Amino acid sequence: MNILTLFVVIPVLTVAGILFTKDLKQSRMVSAIGMTVQLILSAILVYLYVTERQAGNMAPMLFTFDALWFPALNIHYAVGVDGISVAMIALTGVVVFAGIFASWRMEFLSREFFISLILLATGVFGFFISLDLFTMFLFYEIAVIPMYLLIGIWGSGPKEYSAMKLTLMLMGGSALLMVGILGIYFFSVPEGGQLTFNVLEIAKHQIPIEMQRFLFPFTFVGFGILGALFPFHTWSPDGHASAPTAVSMLHAGVLMKLGGYGAFRVAIYLMPEAAQEQAWIFIILTSISVVYGAFGAIFQKDLKYINAYSSVSHCGLVLFAVLMMNQTAFTGAVIQMISHGLMTALFFALIGMIYGRTHTRMINEMGGLMKVIPFLGVVYVIAGLASLGLPGFSGFVAEMTIFFGAYEHVDLFHRVATIVAVSSIVITAVYILRVVGTLLMGPITDKHFLHLEDANWYERLSTITLVIGITFIGVAPLWLSDMINFSLAPLIEKLATVQLPGM
Amino acid sequence: MIDNIPLNSFLVISTLMFFIGIYGFLTRRNLITMLMSIELILNSVNINFVVFNKFLYPNLLHGHFFSLIVIAVAASEAAVAIAIIINIYRNFKSIDVENLDQMKL
Amino acid sequence: MNSYAYTLLIPLIPFFVFLFVGMAEDKLKGKLGGLIGTVGLGIATFLSYYTAFKYFITDHVHGTAYTSVKAFEITWLHLTEKLTINLGILIDPISVMMLIVVSTVSFMVHIYSLGYMEGERGFARFYSFLSLFSFSMLGLVLATNLFQMYIFWELVGVSSFLLIGYYYEKPSAFSAAKKAFIVTRFADLGFLIGILILSFTTGTFDFQTLVDPNGPAISSAGGAAFMGLSLLTWALILIFVGGAGKSAMFPLHIWLPDAMEGPTPVSALIHAATMVVAGVYLVARLFPVYALGGPVALEVVAWVGAFTSLFAAVIALTQTDIKRVLAFSTMSQIGYMMLSLGVSGYGGEEGLGFMASNFHLFTHAMFKALLFLGAGAVIHAVHSNDMSEMGGLRKYLPITHMTFLIACLTIAGIPPFSGFFSKDEILVAAFHSNKILFGIEYLVAGLTAFYMFRLYYSIFWGHDRHYHHTPHEAPLVMTIPLMILAFGSIFSGLLPFHHLVTSDGLGFDSHIDWMIAAPSILIGVVGIAVATLMYKTENSRPAAVAKTFSHLYRWSYRKFYIDEVYLFVTKKIIFNYISRPVAWFDRHIVDGTMNGIANLVVFCSFNIKGLQSGRVQQYGFVFVSGVVALVLIFVYLL
Repeated sequence: MNILTLFVVIPVLTVAGILFTKDLKQSRMVSAIGMTVQLILSAILVYLYVTERQAGNMAPMLFTFDALWFPALNIHYAVGVDGISVAMIALTGVVVFAGIFASWRMEFLSREFFISLILLATGVFGFFISLDLFTMFLFYEIAVIPMYLLIGIWGSGPKEYSAMKLTLMLMGGSALLMVGILGIYFFSVPEGGQLTFNVLEIAKHQIPIEMQRFLFPFTFVGFGILGALFPFHTWSPDGHASAPTAVSMLHAGVLMKLGGYGAFRVAIYLMPEAAQEQAWIFIILTSISVVYGAFGAIFQKDLKYINAYSSVSHCGLVLFAVLMMNQTAFTGAVIQMISHGLMTALFFALIGMIYGRTHTRMINEMGGLMKVIPFLGVVYVIAGLASLGLPGFSGFVAEMTIFFGAYEHVDLFHRVATIVAVSSIVITAVYILRVVGTLLMGPITDKHFLHLEDANWYERLSTITLVIGITFIGVAPLWLSDMINFSLAPLIEKLATVQLPGM
Repeated sequence: MIDNIPLNSFLVISTLMFFIGIYGFLTRRNLITMLMSIELILNSVNINFVVFNKFLYPNLLHGHFFSLIVIAVAASEAAVAIAIIINIYRNFKSIDVENLDQMKL
Repeated sequence: MNSYAYTLLIPLIPFFVFLFVGMAEDKLKGKLGGLIGTVGLGIATFLSYYTAFKYFITDHVHGTAYTSVKAFEITWLHLTEKLTINLGILIDPISVMMLIVVSTVSFMVHIYSLGYMEGERGFARFYSFLSLFSFSMLGLVLATNLFQMYIFWELVGVSSFLLIGYYYEKPSAFSAAKKAFIVTRFADLGFLIGILILSFTTGTFDFQTLVDPNGPAISSAGGAAFMGLSLLTWALILIFVGGAGKSAMFPLHIWLPDAMEGPTPVSALIHAATMVVAGVYLVARLFPVYALGGPVALEVVAWVGAFTSLFAAVIALTQTDIKRVLAFSTMSQIGYMMLSLGVSGYGGEEGLGFMASNFHLFTHAMFKALLFLGAGAVIHAVHSNDMSEMGGLRKYLPITHMTFLIACLTIAGIPPFSGFFSKDEILVAAFHSNKILFGIEYLVAGLTAFYMFRLYYSIFWGHDRHYHHTPHEAPLVMTIPLMILAFGSIFSGLLPFHHLVTSDGLGFDSHIDWMIAAPSILIGVVGIAVATLMYKTENSRPAAVAKTFSHLYRWSYRKFYIDEVYLFVTKKIIFNYISRPVAWFDRHIVDGTMNGIANLVVFCSFNIKGLQSGRVQQYGFVFVSGVVALVLIFVYLL
């Protein structure tokens, strides 16, 4: 069997396995085994991919497989990966793995919880391996739907409201996306040819410019909503705040990356002309996202809200980089997606663990936790430092690559936008340190906190996995950046051929 | 014998039956009588099937078969409907259709 | 590979010590963590001295220029087609000099802390942070390119943050740490934008290429202009903003006095001798670019330096916390170094200021570390930072007293101590460049002598206070570093810096210009004399002076209200007038729109739901009427 298909088959088998389990112990064991296998498989994929490339295989997509599954519309099950998808798959593997261990104590309806969680993961994995727009969309929906149940049933606070808001806004995004995808489908080949959903096929031709102008905003905003594009980001704070830990991790860590990934795999790759024409609008919006999210985070009091706004800022940077449309910025965007995925997953995991102990997420109700839960405290500081872009952690590599990529544009507009985006690193430092200070430092404010216990083995496993990911990329970014860089060649070539009338 | 009766007579009677059925369905409060009205409607249709078959295609039997199917469906429908009505009666102690607007919620 | 490849070990040893001690923190009982750290740094120090010996003496052919050697380099990340970030080790006169400074002071602090930090909670953690700092600082000074410097620049920032916030249970310590980090981070924003501009103008990060007088950097000086200054000048000014943040230049200095919340050895290491001079080092690193490519930027450096040195000296006059006095004195002295770079030219004797700056950096590291460690010994003895709670300590702390006196004489510029030589060179350089700057520095020299001796007399003379227990001299492990540094303070002035560290690598002859040296000694002596008069024995003169100049006194005591201005800007403007409205806007306008759409849908559906009455007969009626209507339409109208 094709190795990529395994990425969908294993979660499905895991789900089937969970159906036969009786209680929390069994279902979490099955999930843990399934996702460990998945993580190992991701590692193998990275290894196979790198060796294949070193062996000189220059094909744009490796490990491809194609099967027709709905002839009437020429829909294929077409899979294949390049360096970018490989990196995203590895990220998903790590985050899902950590997520399972972060929900080790999910007592309520545990079987159903793990089923939904892994179903979500299936959708994400499927999305990243797909080359067929329709299959891609299908997997996207598979990932979004369990979200509603996960937040609505296992959430906290105003969970029905948040679940509904999140799902409806993402569905709104899907609707826009559907218009975009169908539009692309009907103009995928020149008049008379067999219409196709296959990304690689479509990329060979040029979609008529008038259609691009119309379809690009639909597609980009459709993906942008998932990537928390200002002003369509408000599902994110509410959704994340209400979601259970593992869901926040997966959602902010991976699902939001579907937006960034889709934005350049579909929107920019297939419609480069319109992308270049309309980029300025979205550059303004994303620059706002970056700074606005950071300022928004300063004022919040709920840990999850702070992190959600920080995600708005960081994901804004992803879309910002995507819109800069050059090799460096694209590389930065992908690294930022991975880096933010790991970082934010780590944050949400820690917040869940702290909440499980103190039963509050309000920072002003906590203080001095470093003394009682040093392990979680130290990891929180590491996560914070990574998030504010300290060298040695992945965030720094990503941000620097993005800034240098963005600065490559010589005109004033891009440069001002870049400087606005750069300034976010200071604001980020402000809110991160504010949280770290109130939460962990100082004297202990509540005597109940004196008896808190530090992390258990499964919490340590979950967080350390993510910390290793962050530092590994931060210390040795070259392999990752080269892997991504190489895979960008087709996109860059396509962008280079763009001839814009009147520009 | 049937040949002596003009087509119109059949149609008049079936139309009358149909509208009596409709009238009964819309005005009766009792579920059982509503069910009976539905039977009237169905039977009016059956009459039309048989009569048109006889007058238009005397050599074929499609119309007859159709009315047989309608009768079978009507019978099973009546069985199901009466089962539902009995359940409603058990729950609401009444089979007055005015009281049965819970589905809108 | 070349004969300097071993220098890779100098930063790496502290790094591995950091990892090991940091991870095994709980398991390292007693002083084990400290000992590991000290031994590790001892090896690094030995290697640094060996490198200096090798570079300046054995490998150098007499009469030729010192060249820079790339000991090691790897590619870390490809940014753009042209720009690649490398990590490596660059050996040249200033990096070797900094190597000596950093490793010596760090080693002394490591030893000293074995005594000072004894019995503290998290002793091992302290040493792991110290090692992290040493690693980052050594990485910074050895950087081969601007971006590597930025990486380590951030890392020293964070290790400083961790060390200031070492007593994390004290809210003031953490807020000081936070302030230090955010202020320097803000300055780093300038640095980063400067790097962006510089690297895209020149196409390289590499120092060797950048400082090449025929290289792309300097030849781009005449390039595109923005607001009257060339891009290169802007880049250099922005890079200097980063340096000013780290080196606590006005107006980015506000974090330094607060940073004194950290343990005293940390203040000695980071906030006196090494990290705060990183800004000076940065400008010195890029000096040829500044001197040949952006003289306007260099002028900015000079004026900022001069202003800061005066400003800080005036504040230092009235402070009562001994560590804060030292902090302001540090700012003032770094101002000297900046000024000296700013007035310098490039090449030969023109580069006197450059040499003087580095010379002063070197001697300052010795005597300021000594002052801080001495202050630490005093604090260790009386458990207070406040001058007014000290007095008459010379009887109890003889070694500390002697070394402190030496340091005070050094900083006051009294011959034959080292400070005299380095300060004299700076004054000469300033005198030949700009008389106003010279005047400022001359005045500052007097002020420095005054406030240092005010400090000295307040601590060691006067009558005894009510101490909780009799103050006692620090243990040997703390006094030995004091003595070593005192030795350094006395004799480091004799080093032939003008042959070793010069702007173009070629040595030149320099001699003491008595026309300038004599008045400078004089003003130092005057400062000391006034301080003696006022503070040696307790009398009413200080109070009278304070009353006469009450406004000036209050402004100086309140540090010219700069902190308040910042607080106003951050708390009021950013928090209340930006962040709060953004949060409100997000909740009510953006989210309100989304909720509004949802509410609209709810409203519509609420209004049409009456049609869905749940009554079968009503549905039937509608259905039948619909059919009848359609039939009528089809039959009669179509």
